Amino acid sequence: MSIDIDTARRVAHLARIAVDENDLPALAGELSQILTFMEQLNEVDVDGVEPMTSVTPMRLKRREDVVTDGNMQDKILANAPDAREGFFAVPKVVE
Amino acid sequence: MSELSKLTIAEARDAMRAGDVTSVEITEACVSAIEGADALGAFVHKTPEIALEQAKAADARIKSGDAPAMCGIPLGIKDLFCTKGVASQAASNILEGFKPEYESTITQNLWDAGAVMLGKLNMDEFAMGSSNETSAYGNAVNPWKRAGDDAELTPGGSSGGSASAVAGDLCLAATGTDTGGSIRQPAAFTGITGLKPTYGRCSRWGVVAFASSLDQAGPMTKTVRDAAIMLQSMAGHDAKDSTSADLPLPDFEAALTGDIRGKKIGIPKEYRMDGMPEEIEKLWQEGTEMLRSAGAEIVDISLPHTKYALPAYYVIAPAEASSNLARYDGVRYGHRAKLAEGDGIEQMYQKTRAEGFGHEVKRRVMIGTYVLSAGFYDAYYNRARRVRALIKKDFDDVFAAGVDSILTPATPSAAFGLGEMADADPVQMYLNDVFTVTVNLAGLPGIAVPTGVNAHGLPLGLQLIGRPWQEDELLNAAYALESAAGFVSKPAKWW
Repeated sequence: MSIDIDTARRVAHLARIAVDENDLPALAGELSQILTFMEQLNEVDVDGVEPMTSVTPMRLKRREDVVTDGNMQDKILANAPDAREGFFAVPKVVE
Repeated sequence: MSELSKLTIAEARDAMRAGDVTSVEITEACVSAIEGADALGAFVHKTPEIALEQAKAADARIKSGDAPAMCGIPLGIKDLFCTKGVASQAASNILEGFKPEYESTITQNLWDAGAVMLGKLNMDEFAMGSSNETSAYGNAVNPWKRAGDDAELTPGGSSGGSASAVAGDLCLAATGTDTGGSIRQPAAFTGITGLKPTYGRCSRWGVVAFASSLDQAGPMTKTVRDAAIMLQSMAGHDAKDSTSADLPLPDFEAALTGDIRGKKIGIPKEYRMDGMPEEIEKLWQEGTEMLRSAGAEIVDISLPHTKYALPAYYVIAPAEASSNLARYDGVRYGHRAKLAEGDGIEQMYQKTRAEGFGHEVKRRVMIGTYVLSAGFYDAYYNRARRVRALIKKDFDDVFAAGVDSILTPATPSAAFGLGEMADADPVQMYLNDVFTVTVNLAGLPGIAVPTGVNAHGLPLGLQLIGRPWQEDELLNAAYALESAAGFVSKPAKWW
Protein backbone atom coordinates (compact mmCIF):
# COMPACT_ATOMS: atom_id res chain seq x y z
CA MET A 1 0.00 0.00 0.00
CA SER A 2 1.47 3.27 -1.02
CA ILE A 3 0.19 6.59 0.24
CA ASP A 4 -0.05 9.39 -2.29
CA ILE A 5 0.21 13.07 -1.58
CA ASP A 6 -3.56 13.59 -1.55
CA THR A 7 -3.99 10.86 1.04
CA ALA A 8 -1.18 12.32 3.17
CA ARG A 9 -2.90 15.71 3.01
CA ARG A 10 -6.23 14.14 4.02
CA VAL A 11 -4.68 12.22 6.94
CA ALA A 12 -2.94 15.37 8.21
CA HIS A 13 -6.26 17.19 8.06
CA LEU A 14 -8.10 14.40 9.89
CA ALA A 15 -5.40 14.48 12.57
CA ARG A 16 -5.69 18.28 12.75
CA ILE A 17 -1.97 18.75 12.21
CA ALA A 18 -0.88 21.51 9.84
CA VAL A 19 1.61 20.14 7.30
CA ASP A 20 3.29 22.40 4.76
CA GLU A 21 2.56 21.47 1.10
CA ASN A 22 6.31 21.08 0.56
CA ASP A 23 6.54 18.48 3.34
CA LEU A 24 3.73 16.28 2.02
CA PRO A 25 5.85 14.11 -0.33
CA ALA A 26 8.28 13.18 2.46
CA LEU A 27 5.38 12.48 4.82
CA ALA A 28 3.68 10.28 2.21
CA GLY A 29 6.95 8.36 1.81
CA GLU A 30 7.35 7.77 5.53
CA LEU A 31 3.77 6.67 6.01
CA SER A 32 4.04 4.30 3.05
CA GLN A 33 7.16 2.74 4.52
CA ILE A 34 5.42 2.01 7.81
CA LEU A 35 2.31 0.67 6.10
CA THR A 36 4.46 -1.66 4.00
CA PHE A 37 5.88 -3.03 7.24
CA MET A 38 2.33 -3.63 8.48
CA GLU A 39 1.41 -5.56 5.33
CA GLN A 40 3.00 -8.63 6.93
CA LEU A 41 -0.19 -8.99 8.93
CA ASN A 42 -1.93 -10.10 5.75
CA GLU A 43 0.01 -13.38 5.92
CA VAL A 44 -1.84 -14.41 9.07
CA ASP A 45 -4.99 -16.48 8.84
CA VAL A 46 -7.41 -14.66 11.12
CA ASP A 47 -10.59 -16.38 10.00
CA GLY A 48 -12.89 -16.95 12.94
CA VAL A 49 -10.61 -15.08 15.36
CA GLU A 50 -12.36 -12.47 17.47
CA PRO A 51 -10.52 -9.14 17.73
CA MET A 52 -9.01 -8.82 21.17
CA THR A 53 -10.89 -6.26 23.24
CA SER A 54 -9.44 -6.76 26.69
CA VAL A 55 -6.07 -7.96 27.84
CA THR A 56 -7.44 -9.89 30.76
CA PRO A 57 -10.86 -11.51 30.84
CA MET A 58 -12.41 -9.01 33.20
CA ARG A 59 -15.75 -7.35 33.34
CA LEU A 60 -15.42 -3.62 33.55
CA LYS A 61 -16.68 -2.31 36.83
CA ARG A 62 -19.77 -0.18 36.88
CA ARG A 63 -19.92 2.78 39.16
CA GLU A 64 -22.86 4.44 40.79
CA ASP A 65 -24.26 7.18 38.59
CA VAL A 66 -23.81 9.89 41.18
CA VAL A 67 -21.94 13.16 41.52
CA THR A 68 -18.60 12.49 43.22
CA ASP A 69 -16.89 15.83 42.91
CA GLY A 70 -17.25 19.28 41.42
CA ASN A 71 -17.01 22.97 42.38
CA MET A 72 -13.45 23.27 41.16
CA GLN A 73 -13.80 25.69 38.27
CA ASP A 74 -10.57 27.43 39.23
CA LYS A 75 -8.60 24.19 39.13
CA ILE A 76 -10.08 23.15 35.80
CA LEU A 77 -9.18 26.49 34.24
CA ALA A 78 -5.80 26.84 35.95
CA ASN A 79 -3.81 25.43 33.02
CA ALA A 80 -5.81 26.94 30.17
CA PRO A 81 -3.83 29.05 27.67
CA ASP A 82 -6.76 31.48 27.58
CA ALA A 83 -9.45 31.47 30.27
CA ARG A 84 -11.82 34.36 30.74
CA GLU A 85 -14.70 34.96 33.13
CA GLY A 86 -14.82 31.33 34.15
CA PHE A 87 -14.72 29.92 30.62
CA PHE A 88 -12.20 28.47 28.17
CA ALA A 89 -11.75 31.09 25.46
CA VAL A 90 -11.24 30.07 21.81
CA PRO A 91 -11.32 31.88 18.47
CA LYS A 92 -14.70 32.51 16.93
CA VAL A 93 -16.39 29.21 16.02
CA VAL A 94 -19.61 30.37 14.36
CA GLU A 95 -19.56 33.07 11.69
CA MET B 1 28.17 11.68 51.39
CA SER B 2 27.75 10.81 47.72
CA GLU B 3 28.12 7.09 48.51
CA LEU B 4 24.62 7.19 50.00
CA SER B 5 22.95 7.66 46.62
CA LYS B 6 24.42 4.30 45.63
CA LEU B 7 22.36 2.42 48.19
CA THR B 8 19.70 -0.01 47.12
CA ILE B 9 16.17 0.46 48.46
CA ALA B 10 16.58 -2.58 50.72
CA GLU B 11 19.92 -1.34 52.11
CA ALA B 12 18.57 2.15 52.72
CA ARG B 13 15.41 0.83 54.37
CA ASP B 14 17.36 -1.40 56.74
CA ALA B 15 19.92 1.30 57.56
CA MET B 16 17.23 3.90 58.22
CA ARG B 17 15.28 1.52 60.43
CA ALA B 18 18.45 0.68 62.34
CA GLY B 19 19.05 4.39 62.86
CA ASP B 20 22.39 4.30 61.01
CA VAL B 21 21.36 6.91 58.47
CA THR B 22 18.47 9.32 57.91
CA SER B 23 16.34 9.94 54.87
CA VAL B 24 17.51 13.55 54.92
CA GLU B 25 21.13 12.38 54.58
CA ILE B 26 20.34 10.03 51.70
CA THR B 27 18.17 12.65 50.02
CA GLU B 28 20.88 15.31 50.31
CA ALA B 29 23.36 12.89 48.75
CA CYS B 30 20.97 12.33 45.83
CA VAL B 31 20.30 16.06 45.42
CA SER B 32 24.03 16.76 45.18
CA ALA B 33 24.55 13.82 42.79
CA ILE B 34 21.78 15.26 40.59
CA GLU B 35 23.32 18.75 40.73
CA GLY B 36 26.53 17.35 39.30
CA ALA B 37 24.92 15.23 36.62
CA ASP B 38 23.32 17.62 34.15
CA ALA B 39 25.44 16.00 31.44
CA LEU B 40 23.27 12.89 31.77
CA GLY B 41 20.13 14.87 30.93
CA ALA B 42 18.18 12.63 33.29
CA PHE B 43 16.43 15.04 35.68
CA VAL B 44 14.49 17.65 33.71
CA HIS B 45 12.52 19.20 36.59
CA LYS B 46 14.29 19.11 39.95
CA THR B 47 12.32 19.33 43.20
CA PRO B 48 14.91 19.43 46.01
CA GLU B 49 12.65 21.49 48.31
CA ILE B 50 9.84 18.96 48.08
CA ALA B 51 12.36 16.16 48.54
CA LEU B 52 13.85 17.57 51.75
CA GLU B 53 10.41 18.31 53.14
CA GLN B 54 9.29 14.74 52.46
CA ALA B 55 12.56 13.33 53.80
CA LYS B 56 12.09 15.14 57.12
CA ALA B 57 8.57 13.78 57.42
CA ALA B 58 9.85 10.30 56.55
CA ASP B 59 12.52 10.48 59.25
CA ALA B 60 9.89 11.37 61.83
CA ARG B 61 7.74 8.48 60.67
CA ILE B 62 10.64 6.01 60.78
CA LYS B 63 11.46 7.20 64.28
CA SER B 64 7.90 6.45 65.34
CA GLY B 65 8.53 2.86 64.31
CA ASP B 66 5.63 2.60 61.90
CA ALA B 67 7.09 3.09 58.44
CA PRO B 68 6.45 1.12 55.23
CA ALA B 69 9.44 -0.18 53.25
CA MET B 70 9.48 2.76 50.84
CA CYS B 71 9.49 5.34 53.62
CA GLY B 72 12.31 7.83 53.16
CA ILE B 73 13.47 6.38 49.81
CA PRO B 74 14.39 9.14 47.30
CA LEU B 75 12.99 8.45 43.83
CA GLY B 76 12.97 9.94 40.37
CA ILE B 77 9.60 10.12 38.60
CA LYS B 78 9.18 9.78 34.86
CA ASP B 79 7.75 12.97 33.35
CA LEU B 80 4.72 10.97 32.14
CA PHE B 81 3.29 10.87 35.67
CA CYS B 82 1.13 13.80 36.71
CA THR B 83 2.50 15.26 39.93
CA LYS B 84 0.47 17.97 41.63
CA GLY B 85 1.91 21.43 41.22
CA VAL B 86 5.07 20.09 39.53
CA ALA B 87 5.65 20.36 35.79
CA SER B 88 4.46 17.21 34.02
CA GLN B 89 4.78 17.51 30.29
CA ALA B 90 5.49 14.03 28.90
CA ALA B 91 8.65 15.52 27.38
CA SER B 92 6.45 17.38 24.87
CA ASN B 93 6.30 21.04 23.94
CA ILE B 94 2.54 20.76 23.67
CA LEU B 95 2.33 20.37 27.46
CA GLU B 96 4.75 23.19 28.15
CA GLY B 97 3.94 24.87 31.43
CA PHE B 98 1.39 22.24 32.45
CA LYS B 99 1.23 21.81 36.21
CA PRO B 100 -1.40 19.23 37.14
CA GLU B 101 -3.95 20.04 39.81
CA TYR B 102 -3.92 16.37 40.81
CA GLU B 103 -1.54 13.53 41.59
CA SER B 104 -1.34 10.21 39.71
CA THR B 105 -2.49 7.23 41.75
CA ILE B 106 0.90 5.54 41.57
CA THR B 107 2.88 8.54 42.78
CA GLN B 108 0.26 9.17 45.46
CA ASN B 109 0.69 5.55 46.60
CA LEU B 110 4.44 6.10 46.79
CA TRP B 111 4.12 9.37 48.75
CA ASP B 112 1.59 7.73 51.08
CA ALA B 113 4.24 5.11 51.78
CA GLY B 114 6.67 7.90 52.66
CA ALA B 115 8.80 7.94 49.50
CA VAL B 116 10.64 11.11 48.51
CA MET B 117 10.40 12.88 45.12
CA LEU B 118 13.69 14.21 43.75
CA GLY B 119 12.17 15.44 40.49
CA LYS B 120 10.92 14.50 37.05
CA LEU B 121 12.84 12.38 34.58
CA ASN B 122 13.52 12.67 30.88
CA MET B 123 11.81 10.37 28.39
CA ASP B 124 10.84 10.12 24.74
CA GLU B 125 8.02 12.49 23.85
CA PHE B 126 4.73 10.88 24.96
CA ALA B 127 6.80 7.71 25.52
CA MET B 128 7.16 7.24 21.77
CA GLY B 129 10.68 6.14 21.07
CA SER B 130 13.41 3.69 21.96
CA SER B 131 16.37 6.01 22.45
CA ASN B 132 15.13 9.07 24.38
CA GLU B 133 16.00 11.15 21.31
CA THR B 134 12.45 12.41 20.69
CA SER B 135 12.31 14.39 23.95
CA ALA B 136 11.51 18.10 23.95
CA TYR B 137 14.16 18.43 26.69
CA GLY B 138 16.95 16.99 24.55
CA ASN B 139 18.66 13.64 24.95
CA ALA B 140 19.13 11.64 28.10
CA VAL B 141 22.59 10.05 28.07
CA ASN B 142 23.67 6.60 29.16
CA PRO B 143 26.16 6.66 32.08
CA TRP B 144 27.89 3.73 30.34
CA LYS B 145 30.38 4.22 27.53
CA ARG B 146 32.13 1.71 25.31
CA ALA B 147 35.62 0.87 26.59
CA GLY B 148 38.13 3.28 25.08
CA ASP B 149 35.47 5.24 23.21
CA ASP B 150 34.11 8.60 24.30
CA ALA B 151 30.95 8.51 22.19
CA GLU B 152 27.76 9.20 24.11
CA LEU B 153 25.31 6.32 24.06
CA THR B 154 21.54 6.20 24.38
CA PRO B 155 20.13 4.98 27.69
CA GLY B 156 17.28 3.51 25.63
CA GLY B 157 13.71 4.67 25.70
CA SER B 158 11.21 5.68 26.36
CA SER B 159 12.12 5.62 30.08
CA GLY B 160 15.66 6.78 29.25
CA GLY B 161 15.92 9.40 32.00
CA SER B 162 14.75 6.87 34.58
CA ALA B 163 17.34 4.33 33.42
CA SER B 164 20.14 6.90 33.31
CA ALA B 165 19.29 8.26 36.77
CA VAL B 166 19.21 4.84 38.43
CA ALA B 167 22.32 3.52 36.66
CA GLY B 168 24.17 6.77 37.43
CA ASP B 169 23.21 6.58 41.13
CA LEU B 170 21.36 9.89 41.09
CA CYS B 171 18.47 8.27 42.94
CA LEU B 172 17.76 4.93 44.58
CA ALA B 173 15.09 3.95 42.06
CA ALA B 174 12.68 5.45 39.55
CA THR B 175 9.24 4.96 38.08
CA GLY B 176 8.96 3.98 34.44
CA THR B 177 6.19 3.12 32.01
CA ASP B 178 6.19 0.42 29.37
CA THR B 179 3.96 0.33 26.30
CA GLY B 180 6.17 -1.77 24.03
CA GLY B 181 9.35 -2.21 26.05
CA SER B 182 9.95 1.24 27.50
CA ILE B 183 10.96 -0.05 30.94
CA ARG B 184 12.78 -3.24 29.95
CA GLN B 185 14.84 -1.99 26.99
CA PRO B 186 16.35 1.02 28.83
CA ALA B 187 16.94 -1.17 31.91
CA ALA B 188 18.88 -3.62 29.72
CA PHE B 189 20.84 -0.78 28.08
CA THR B 190 21.97 0.60 31.45
CA GLY B 191 22.55 -2.53 33.54
CA ILE B 192 19.61 -2.12 35.90
CA THR B 193 16.42 -4.07 36.67
CA GLY B 194 13.13 -3.06 35.04
CA LEU B 195 9.75 -4.66 35.71
CA LYS B 196 6.61 -4.28 33.63
CA PRO B 197 3.77 -5.69 35.73
CA THR B 198 0.68 -7.47 34.42
CA TYR B 199 -1.67 -5.07 32.62
CA GLY B 200 -4.02 -3.78 35.32
CA ARG B 201 -1.67 -4.32 38.27
CA CYS B 202 -0.77 -0.64 38.57
CA SER B 203 -3.32 2.11 38.06
CA ARG B 204 -2.99 4.19 34.92
CA TRP B 205 -4.90 7.10 36.47
CA GLY B 206 -2.92 10.31 36.16
CA VAL B 207 -0.33 8.77 33.85
CA VAL B 208 -0.38 10.60 30.51
CA ALA B 209 -1.92 8.07 28.10
CA PHE B 210 -0.07 6.76 25.04
CA ALA B 211 -1.80 3.47 24.11
CA SER B 212 -4.28 2.66 26.84
CA SER B 213 -4.57 -1.10 26.23
CA LEU B 214 -0.77 -1.49 26.38
CA ASP B 215 0.48 1.12 28.89
CA GLN B 216 1.62 -0.14 32.25
CA ALA B 217 3.85 1.51 34.84
CA GLY B 218 6.49 -0.27 36.86
CA PRO B 219 9.65 0.09 38.93
CA MET B 220 13.19 0.62 37.60
CA THR B 221 15.66 -0.35 40.29
CA LYS B 222 19.19 -1.48 41.09
CA THR B 223 18.16 -5.00 42.13
CA VAL B 224 15.33 -7.50 41.78
CA ARG B 225 14.61 -7.18 45.51
CA ASP B 226 14.15 -3.43 45.08
CA ALA B 227 11.73 -4.04 42.21
CA ALA B 228 9.68 -6.28 44.51
CA ILE B 229 9.66 -3.70 47.30
CA MET B 230 8.76 -0.80 45.04
CA LEU B 231 6.05 -2.69 43.12
CA GLN B 232 4.37 -3.43 46.45
CA SER B 233 3.87 0.31 46.99
CA MET B 234 2.95 1.20 43.41
CA ALA B 235 0.42 -1.56 42.73
CA GLY B 236 -3.14 -2.14 43.85
CA HIS B 237 -6.72 -1.62 42.83
CA ASP B 238 -7.85 1.88 41.99
CA ALA B 239 -11.48 2.75 41.40
CA LYS B 240 -10.35 5.64 39.18
CA ASP B 241 -8.94 3.24 36.54
CA SER B 242 -11.63 0.90 35.24
CA THR B 243 -8.97 -1.55 33.95
CA SER B 244 -7.21 -1.69 37.31
CA ALA B 245 -7.48 -5.21 38.72
CA ASP B 246 -9.35 -5.75 41.95
CA LEU B 247 -7.09 -8.59 43.08
CA PRO B 248 -5.18 -9.10 46.31
CA LEU B 249 -1.46 -8.25 46.17
CA PRO B 250 0.95 -11.01 47.08
CA ASP B 251 3.93 -10.12 49.28
CA PHE B 252 6.42 -9.69 46.46
CA GLU B 253 9.58 -9.46 48.54
CA ALA B 254 8.64 -12.52 50.61
CA ALA B 255 8.47 -14.49 47.35
CA LEU B 256 12.22 -14.04 46.81
CA THR B 257 13.51 -17.37 48.05
CA GLY B 258 15.76 -17.99 45.07
CA ASP B 259 14.42 -21.52 44.97
CA ILE B 260 13.30 -22.34 41.43
CA ARG B 261 13.87 -26.11 41.58
CA GLY B 262 11.39 -27.91 39.39
CA LYS B 263 10.13 -24.72 37.74
CA LYS B 264 9.61 -25.00 34.01
CA ILE B 265 11.39 -22.28 32.03
CA GLY B 266 10.45 -22.03 28.36
CA ILE B 267 12.94 -21.03 25.65
CA PRO B 268 10.97 -19.79 22.63
CA LYS B 269 12.55 -20.77 19.33
CA GLU B 270 11.00 -17.84 17.45
CA TYR B 271 13.12 -15.40 19.48
CA ARG B 272 16.24 -16.77 17.83
CA MET B 273 16.13 -14.15 15.08
CA ASP B 274 18.11 -14.14 11.88
CA GLY B 275 21.16 -11.97 12.21
CA MET B 276 21.01 -11.90 16.01
CA PRO B 277 24.42 -10.74 17.30
CA GLU B 278 26.54 -13.51 18.75
CA GLU B 279 26.90 -11.69 22.07
CA ILE B 280 23.13 -11.79 22.54
CA GLU B 281 22.93 -15.46 21.59
CA LYS B 282 25.75 -16.23 24.04
CA LEU B 283 24.13 -14.24 26.84
CA TRP B 284 20.88 -16.13 26.32
CA GLN B 285 22.68 -19.49 26.40
CA GLU B 286 24.49 -18.54 29.59
CA GLY B 287 21.27 -17.40 31.23
CA THR B 288 19.60 -20.67 30.27
CA GLU B 289 22.44 -22.62 31.87
CA MET B 290 22.26 -20.49 35.03
CA LEU B 291 18.59 -21.32 35.48
CA ARG B 292 19.22 -24.98 34.71
CA SER B 293 21.99 -25.08 37.32
CA ALA B 294 19.60 -23.51 39.82
CA GLY B 295 17.36 -26.53 39.35
CA ALA B 296 14.84 -25.30 36.79
CA GLU B 297 13.64 -27.54 34.02
CA ILE B 298 14.44 -25.99 30.64
CA VAL B 299 11.94 -26.69 27.87
CA ASP B 300 11.89 -25.61 24.24
CA ILE B 301 8.66 -23.87 23.37
CA SER B 302 7.07 -22.28 20.34
CA LEU B 303 5.27 -18.93 20.16
CA PRO B 304 4.37 -19.13 16.47
CA HIS B 305 2.95 -15.62 15.97
CA THR B 306 5.96 -13.77 17.43
CA LYS B 307 6.97 -12.45 14.04
CA TYR B 308 3.70 -10.53 13.73
CA ALA B 309 3.88 -8.83 17.10
CA LEU B 310 5.81 -5.79 15.91
CA PRO B 311 3.58 -4.96 12.92
CA ALA B 312 0.46 -5.56 15.05
CA TYR B 313 1.87 -3.28 17.73
CA TYR B 314 2.61 -0.54 15.22
CA VAL B 315 -1.03 -0.57 14.14
CA ILE B 316 -2.62 -0.77 17.59
CA ALA B 317 -0.34 1.62 19.51
CA PRO B 318 -0.57 4.51 17.01
CA ALA B 319 -4.32 3.95 16.65
CA GLU B 320 -4.83 4.34 20.38
CA ALA B 321 -2.34 7.21 20.49
CA SER B 322 -4.19 9.13 17.78
CA SER B 323 -7.33 8.96 19.93
CA ASN B 324 -5.60 9.72 23.21
CA LEU B 325 -3.62 12.64 21.81
CA ALA B 326 -6.72 14.24 20.29
CA ARG B 327 -7.11 16.02 23.63
CA TYR B 328 -4.12 18.29 22.95
CA ASP B 329 -5.99 21.02 21.17
CA GLY B 330 -4.68 24.19 22.77
CA VAL B 331 -7.87 24.79 24.73
CA ARG B 332 -7.58 23.27 28.20
CA TYR B 333 -3.86 23.06 28.91
CA GLY B 334 -0.40 23.44 27.48
CA HIS B 335 0.68 25.23 24.34
CA ARG B 336 -1.52 27.25 22.00
CA ALA B 337 -0.13 28.54 18.72
CA LYS B 338 -0.09 32.26 17.98
CA LEU B 339 -2.86 32.81 15.49
CA ALA B 340 -2.97 35.00 12.44
CA GLU B 341 -5.68 37.58 11.88
CA GLY B 342 -8.87 35.79 10.91
CA ASP B 343 -7.77 32.31 12.00
CA GLY B 344 -10.66 30.25 13.32
CA ILE B 345 -10.76 27.34 15.71
CA GLU B 346 -9.74 24.86 13.00
CA GLN B 347 -6.51 26.77 12.32
CA MET B 348 -5.91 26.96 16.06
CA TYR B 349 -6.05 23.17 16.37
CA GLN B 350 -3.88 22.55 13.32
CA LYS B 351 -1.20 25.11 14.14
CA THR B 352 -1.12 24.22 17.84
CA ARG B 353 -0.62 20.52 17.12
CA ALA B 354 1.92 21.18 14.35
CA GLU B 355 4.02 23.33 16.70
CA GLY B 356 3.51 21.32 19.86
CA PHE B 357 4.13 17.77 18.70
CA GLY B 358 7.55 16.50 17.64
CA HIS B 359 8.21 14.60 14.44
CA GLU B 360 7.83 11.04 15.73
CA VAL B 361 4.63 11.87 17.61
CA LYS B 362 3.08 13.48 14.53
CA ARG B 363 4.06 10.49 12.43
CA ARG B 364 2.42 8.05 14.84
CA VAL B 365 -0.71 10.15 15.28
CA MET B 366 -1.10 10.28 11.51
CA ILE B 367 -0.48 6.53 11.08
CA GLY B 368 -3.07 5.93 13.78
CA THR B 369 -5.50 8.29 12.09
CA TYR B 370 -5.01 6.46 8.81
CA VAL B 371 -5.52 2.92 10.15
CA LEU B 372 -8.69 4.04 11.94
CA SER B 373 -10.11 5.93 8.99
CA ALA B 374 -13.14 4.77 7.03
CA GLY B 375 -12.24 2.00 4.60
CA PHE B 376 -9.06 0.93 6.42
CA TYR B 377 -10.37 0.17 9.88
CA ASP B 378 -11.00 -3.50 9.11
CA ALA B 379 -7.96 -4.03 6.92
CA TYR B 380 -5.51 -2.67 9.49
CA TYR B 381 -6.93 -2.06 12.91
CA ASN B 382 -9.30 -5.00 13.25
CA ARG B 383 -6.83 -7.36 11.60
CA ALA B 384 -4.14 -6.25 14.07
CA ARG B 385 -6.50 -6.89 16.98
CA ARG B 386 -7.18 -10.39 15.65
CA VAL B 387 -3.46 -11.07 15.35
CA ARG B 388 -3.08 -9.76 18.88
CA ALA B 389 -5.59 -12.36 20.05
CA LEU B 390 -3.45 -15.05 18.39
CA ILE B 391 -0.27 -13.73 20.04
CA LYS B 392 -1.96 -13.89 23.42
CA LYS B 393 -3.18 -17.42 22.66
CA ASP B 394 0.41 -18.49 21.94
CA PHE B 395 1.29 -17.58 25.53
CA ASP B 396 -1.92 -19.05 26.98
CA ASP B 397 -1.11 -22.39 25.31
CA VAL B 398 2.44 -22.45 26.65
CA PHE B 399 1.36 -21.61 30.19
CA ALA B 400 -1.44 -24.20 29.97
CA ALA B 401 1.23 -26.76 29.10
CA GLY B 402 2.87 -26.09 32.45
CA VAL B 403 5.54 -23.53 31.64
CA ASP B 404 6.12 -21.19 34.60
CA SER B 405 8.16 -18.50 32.90
CA ILE B 406 9.89 -17.73 29.64
CA LEU B 407 13.49 -16.61 29.14
CA THR B 408 14.42 -14.38 26.18
CA PRO B 409 16.94 -11.67 25.37
CA ALA B 410 15.72 -8.21 26.46
CA THR B 411 17.10 -6.34 23.45
CA PRO B 412 18.63 -7.25 20.08
CA SER B 413 21.84 -5.32 20.89
CA ALA B 414 23.69 -3.35 23.53
CA ALA B 415 23.12 0.43 23.79
CA PHE B 416 23.84 2.24 20.55
CA GLY B 417 25.28 5.69 20.01
CA LEU B 418 23.11 8.80 20.22
CA GLY B 419 22.42 9.95 16.68
CA GLU B 420 23.51 6.60 15.24
CA MET B 421 19.98 5.77 14.14
CA ALA B 422 19.22 9.24 12.80
CA ASP B 423 19.35 8.12 9.17
CA ALA B 424 17.68 4.78 9.72
CA ASP B 425 14.09 4.40 8.61
CA PRO B 426 11.52 4.40 11.46
CA VAL B 427 11.05 0.64 11.20
CA GLN B 428 14.73 0.06 12.09
CA MET B 429 14.20 1.91 15.37
CA TYR B 430 11.01 -0.06 16.01
CA LEU B 431 13.04 -3.31 15.89
CA ASN B 432 14.43 -2.43 19.32
CA ASP B 433 11.14 -3.62 20.76
CA VAL B 434 11.14 -6.98 19.01
CA PHE B 435 11.60 -9.07 22.19
CA THR B 436 9.51 -6.92 24.52
CA VAL B 437 6.43 -5.93 22.55
CA THR B 438 4.76 -9.37 22.62
CA VAL B 439 4.51 -9.06 26.40
CA ASN B 440 2.51 -5.81 26.18
CA LEU B 441 0.21 -7.21 23.52
CA ALA B 442 -0.53 -10.22 25.74
CA GLY B 443 -0.76 -8.10 28.92
CA LEU B 444 1.83 -10.25 30.73
CA PRO B 445 4.41 -9.30 33.35
CA GLY B 446 8.01 -9.11 32.12
CA ILE B 447 11.29 -8.19 33.77
CA ALA B 448 14.71 -7.28 32.41
CA VAL B 449 17.70 -8.33 34.52
CA PRO B 450 21.34 -7.44 33.74
CA THR B 451 23.35 -10.64 33.35
CA GLY B 452 26.54 -9.72 31.50
CA VAL B 453 28.61 -7.27 29.52
CA ASN B 454 29.59 -7.33 25.85
CA ALA B 455 33.06 -7.08 24.31
CA HIS B 456 32.95 -3.27 24.69
CA GLY B 457 32.08 -3.52 28.37
CA LEU B 458 28.45 -2.51 27.89
CA PRO B 459 25.72 -4.16 29.97
CA LEU B 460 23.34 -6.68 28.44
CA GLY B 461 20.10 -7.95 29.90
CA LEU B 462 17.81 -10.93 29.68
CA GLN B 463 14.05 -10.87 29.95
CA LEU B 464 11.86 -13.22 31.94
CA ILE B 465 8.14 -13.33 31.10
CA GLY B 466 5.66 -14.59 33.67
CA ARG B 467 2.08 -15.76 33.95
CA PRO B 468 -0.53 -13.05 34.44
CA TRP B 469 -0.80 -11.84 38.07
CA GLN B 470 2.18 -13.92 39.11
CA GLU B 471 4.78 -11.20 39.51
CA ASP B 472 5.79 -12.93 42.74
CA GLU B 473 6.82 -16.08 40.86
CA LEU B 474 8.39 -14.00 38.12
CA LEU B 475 10.40 -11.90 40.57
CA ASN B 476 11.63 -15.05 42.25
CA ALA B 477 12.84 -16.49 38.94
CA ALA B 478 14.51 -13.14 38.21
CA TYR B 479 16.08 -13.20 41.66
CA ALA B 480 17.55 -16.64 40.95
CA LEU B 481 18.91 -15.39 37.62
CA GLU B 482 20.34 -12.25 39.23
CA SER B 483 22.02 -14.28 41.99
CA ALA B 484 23.56 -16.68 39.47
CA ALA B 485 24.70 -13.92 37.10
CA GLY B 486 26.26 -11.85 39.88
CA PHE B 487 26.25 -8.72 37.73
CA VAL B 488 28.00 -6.01 39.76
CA SER B 489 29.58 -3.78 37.11
CA LYS B 490 29.00 -0.05 37.38
CA PRO B 491 29.67 2.66 34.81
CA ALA B 492 32.84 4.70 35.39
CA LYS B 493 31.82 8.25 36.32
CA TRP B 494 32.61 10.75 33.51
CA TRP B 495 29.82 13.27 34.02
